[in-house]
Amino acid sequence: MPRKILTLVPAALVALAALMLVGAASGARSKSPARSTTAQANQLEVFSWWTGGGEAHGLQKLITIWNANHKGTPFKNETVAGGAGSNAKAVLAQRLSAKKPPDSFQGHAGAELQDYIKAGQLEPIDFIYKKSGFAKAMPAQLIKQITYKGHLYSVPVNIHRANVLWWNPAVTKKAGITKAPKTWKEFMTALDKAKKSGVIPLALGEQWTQKHLLETVMIATVGPVRWAALWRSPAGWSNAGVTLALNRYKTLLTYTNSDAASLTWQDASKLVADGKAAYNVMGDWADGYFRIDLKKKPLSGYAWSAVPGTGGVYDWLSDSFTLPKGAPHRAAAVQWLTFLGSKRAQDTFNPVKGSIPARKDATAKLYDTYLKWALNQWKTDKLAGSLAHGVVASNAWNTDIDTALGLFLQNKDVKKFQSSLVTAAKKRA
Amino acid sequence: MRGVRRWWPGLLLISPSIVLIAVFVYGLIGWNARVSATDWREANKTTNFVGLDVYRELRIDERFSLDLHHLLLFTVTFILGTLLIGGTLALLLDKGVRGEGFFRSVYLFPMAISFIASGIVWRWLMNPAPGDRASGLNVVFEKLHVGGLANQWWQGTNWGAAALAMPAVWALSGYIMALYLAGFRGVPEELREAARMDGASELRVYRHVVFPHLRPVTLAALIILGHISIKVFDLIVAIGGKQLVTEVPAVYMWVLIYDARDYAKGAAIATLLLIGISVLIVPYLIYTVRSERRA
Repeated sequence: MPRKILTLVPAALVALAALMLVGAASGARSKSPARSTTAQANQLEVFSWWTGGGEAHGLQKLITIWNANHKGTPFKNETVAGGAGSNAKAVLAQRLSAKKPPDSFQGHAGAELQDYIKAGQLEPIDFIYKKSGFAKAMPAQLIKQITYKGHLYSVPVNIHRANVLWWNPAVTKKAGITKAPKTWKEFMTALDKAKKSGVIPLALGEQWTQKHLLETVMIATVGPVRWAALWRSPAGWSNAGVTLALNRYKTLLTYTNSDAASLTWQDASKLVADGKAAYNVMGDWADGYFRIDLKKKPLSGYAWSAVPGTGGVYDWLSDSFTLPKGAPHRAAAVQWLTFLGSKRAQDTFNPVKGSIPARKDATAKLYDTYLKWALNQWKTDKLAGSLAHGVVASNAWNTDIDTALGLFLQNKDVKKFQSSLVTAAKKRA
Repeated sequence: MRGVRRWWPGLLLISPSIVLIAVFVYGLIGWNARVSATDWREANKTTNFVGLDVYRELRIDERFSLDLHHLLLFTVTFILGTLLIGGTLALLLDKGVRGEGFFRSVYLFPMAISFIASGIVWRWLMNPAPGDRASGLNVVFEKLHVGGLANQWWQGTNWGAAALAMPAVWALSGYIMALYLAGFRGVPEELREAARMDGASELRVYRHVVFPHLRPVTLAALIILGHISIKVFDLIVAIGGKQLVTEVPAVYMWVLIYDARDYAKGAAIATLLLIGISVLIVPYLIYTVRSERRA
């Protein structure tokens, strides 16, 4: 009996060895792409979540220009699809912690990049700004708002506006609303009229769009200067101005559709386009949705203005690109960032993506109806960074605000809402 | 010596999997537990041991309590619903129908569909929109002249989580039916005959003879459903996305780790979920080992 078992031992050993070989082989296989990346002397690996619609087309145009001008360094387009970048960010986090960064990656300009900066994963790129004169070409307020502890870490490619009120002219006309509401009081009157005419006064979508709405109401109430101060010190959060804003927000929610949580932002915008709702507050990516997806004519099929109370304020957000520490092709990445900040790149990308350049010297004739309006405002408006889109608060702070907002949506307790916002600010500011 | 010769080749044979499981399952569970006892939050590079501080924070975290409330409601609805529907289907099939094989497959099919896919379909079915925008089940109710049943589904503040459990009940009832059917078939026919000979009505045969035999099956079903329920993530995300109104602990864990980068708190939730599942599974394993030994 024992002898029989002993003959099994070599077999077992062989099996074990085979297993290890398989393991080693698969390990080697999983490593090989990364190795070939570093082995390829000249290429540019750019990471983004631009996988569809205008942004993907815009990126493609940039790639074409890049490849034509940099014959030796082909563009490697690394995109991860899904959920406004939430999947991509998870993939990126894994790559960065494995010390295998791309040459450049996309991120919302502003505080959302702080996690990378604090973790020492980004290189400051002040030298690119200095050399290319971006600081003079872009609004001084913008430069100030994306500077973190005296340094710049990304190049903004585009600017979107968050505080836009969209409406359906046919619906508002039928409701007897003769002009666009400019103040909170006019807005209330307009919403009441819309309600009386039997439509949803204000279309609203899932929780992040509710945060988007909250941000515009807050900016409308406290103004851009105090808004900016809120993100620098926690003192302002307990002020009466914030209380008023939260109460206004609570009032506003009574004018919205009851099924907000089950609507995407497109669903909510579509309610306006279909004439089932009068107004909707959404970022200016809605313009492309109305015009291209829903085939509505600007001004007659849909119209817009700044959210009441925020006239002269540009609640902005921006997609930007960075220089990760240890980028495998650093020289190419620096060239890429220099290119992205140029007039040519910004005027190529933005008309297709449906946004405006961060630069003040854009070629106006490239931009049609809505974008032309936005372009003019960008040059003169006061700037306020967006909360829901990563400009003013870090990811952790944003999550705290999501928590406070989510609980408020259930209990509608303004006092409690404000006190949890104060707590969050004390922890994160 | 002889004894050693008898067992060591076997041990050698399974040692790779022992090592792999030790490192990649238990090692990582241990690492996760360690992370939950540190202050690894946001991007701080150095981490300190903080003991149970993070757990204390979770205890007073209102969002986490809300998630637990949702999970409890989800679990109760899911388990009761599945056991009730699965058991009833099994009972009907056990009484003998023509084309049993056909019905068995039909009832089992939903289990083959991923929670993501069924979640998206159920999101549409449970559309809470009022008036002319209504669709799905609310319209069915309207057409059947029971419009009063139309409701907010998962958007209801207090009972929404129960609606979230409906797709899960739909998906797993067939599986529970199969378990129970096997249980029914495992009851020796002689026992039923004997009871009938003693003059028991069919109802009493089931109550006093068949059902007591089903206890092990029910226990197994409870364990399987319970651990699915505690871990539920994909179904919730497919229906509600990342919103507090539908959130359960597993979704909060994801948000904390990938959005807020609060690794310690995320790891603490992961550990609590694991403990929750162990509370279900460990007694069951002990029970199984004991009853196997007895047999």
